[in-house]
Amino acid sequence: MQSNELILQLQQKNEKAFQRIYEMYAENIFGVIYNILRDETLSEEVLQDVFVKVWNKGDSYSEKKGRFFTWILNIARNAAIDKTRSVAYKNSQQNQTADYFVDILEEKSNFSSKIDAIGIKKYIDVLEPICKKVIDLLFFKGFTQKEASEKLDIPLGTIKTRNRICIDKLREVLAV
Amino acid sequence: MNIEQYISSGILELYVYGALSEKENAEVYKALKKHPEIEEEVKEIEKSLMQLSAATAPYNPESVFNRIKEKLSFTDNEIDVIPITRARTNWTTYIGWAASIALLIGLFLQFNKNRELRKQVVDAQIEQTLLEGKINVAEEDLSKAKTLLSVLRDKDIIQIPLQAQKVAPNAYAAVYWDKEKQTAYIDVEGLPNPPKGKVYQVWSLKLDPLTPTSLGILDTFTEDENKIFTLTNTNESEAFGITLEPEGGSESPTMEQLYTLGVVTS
Repeated sequence: MQSNELILQLQQKNEKAFQRIYEMYAENIFGVIYNILRDETLSEEVLQDVFVKVWNKGDSYSEKKGRFFTWILNIARNAAIDKTRSVAYKNSQQNQTADYFVDILEEKSNFSSKIDAIGIKKYIDVLEPICKKVIDLLFFKGFTQKEASEKLDIPLGTIKTRNRICIDKLREVLAV
Repeated sequence: MNIEQYISSGILELYVYGALSEKENAEVYKALKKHPEIEEEVKEIEKSLMQLSAATAPYNPESVFNRIKEKLSFTDNEIDVIPITRARTNWTTYIGWAASIALLIGLFLQFNKNRELRKQVVDAQIEQTLLEGKINVAEEDLSKAKTLLSVLRDKDIIQIPLQAQKVAPNAYAAVYWDKEKQTAYIDVEGLPNPPKGKVYQVWSLKLDPLTPTSLGILDTFTEDENKIFTLTNTNESEAFGITLEPEGGSESPTMEQLYTLGVVTS
């Protein structure tokens, strides 16, 4: 969980604090990047860039702006979306039929020890199709509510509550 | 402010997503600073999302951290050196293993090649022996043929053609008789192969009274390619005959099995 002291140490360019932060966030940030790019090599490149930025721009983070996780998440999504404009990305996607994040979870069999793999698998089973789309766009892809409501053709006013129900289910199976 | 209603509105999820406007963001921040329940809720949402997104990572990217440190040129020895040393050890090990395996493969290939060459040498030796044998046989045949030729050309030799008899109307033979050397060459090219258990026997004959004398049996008839046999003849022969006899030959000719007969004319 977010430790303000650790963030402060990072902002003071403490390398150990940086390593700890990497350990805490690298895998989930890598997951977000990978869900956008669907290419391991390109995702590693973006992950590098993201954490270089975390180190260099750490002092621009302020608790008032939001969660530290949200801050890195924003950097990562932007960097990954930037990468989708590269030639390397376009070449890598020739045989890809990129779908919502769920297909990654369905195909994956090796989960790292940090993850409640059984809970995640169970979650995919109980998840409604609309939830898969809503979470994918809002969380993984960084869409605004308006963009998501247009893309999914559902009323803007219901996006927030619908998403809440989807995340409640996730917390239920993960017992968070 | 109804905290429960606030929580269930779904705004906190969007807060963690980073999907709110700056203004909304500031409001949520104020609310969670004021109400610990709201902050707790935010932490739980964040925790579940971190799990979910970590689950979509193809693997834990621990190794990428080394590259990031290189990029940032960290100098901290404790962080820096250990993994690099470890990496170097790994490389040495890998290279060591690779070299051993390469050496083994090399040795194996050399061994195989050596074995192959040895086999080739043996094969060549066998072939040579066979060829030498063939040459010997050919030389022997040639000298035999030369001898025969010289015999046929010798003016002192008497030629006696042996005519077919009743038993084998197509059979024929010839005797070349060198009186001086007391040698008779019997050419039996025109005789069929004797049946099993039988041999041809050559006789020298006196005609008045009829007295046969055995010159010998042709027991290598089938094997001999030239079909010319050299026999000693010390007799004053007046005729020659060839009969078919049981294996080992007979004391006196079986006249019913007389194959060829020829009289000496001079």
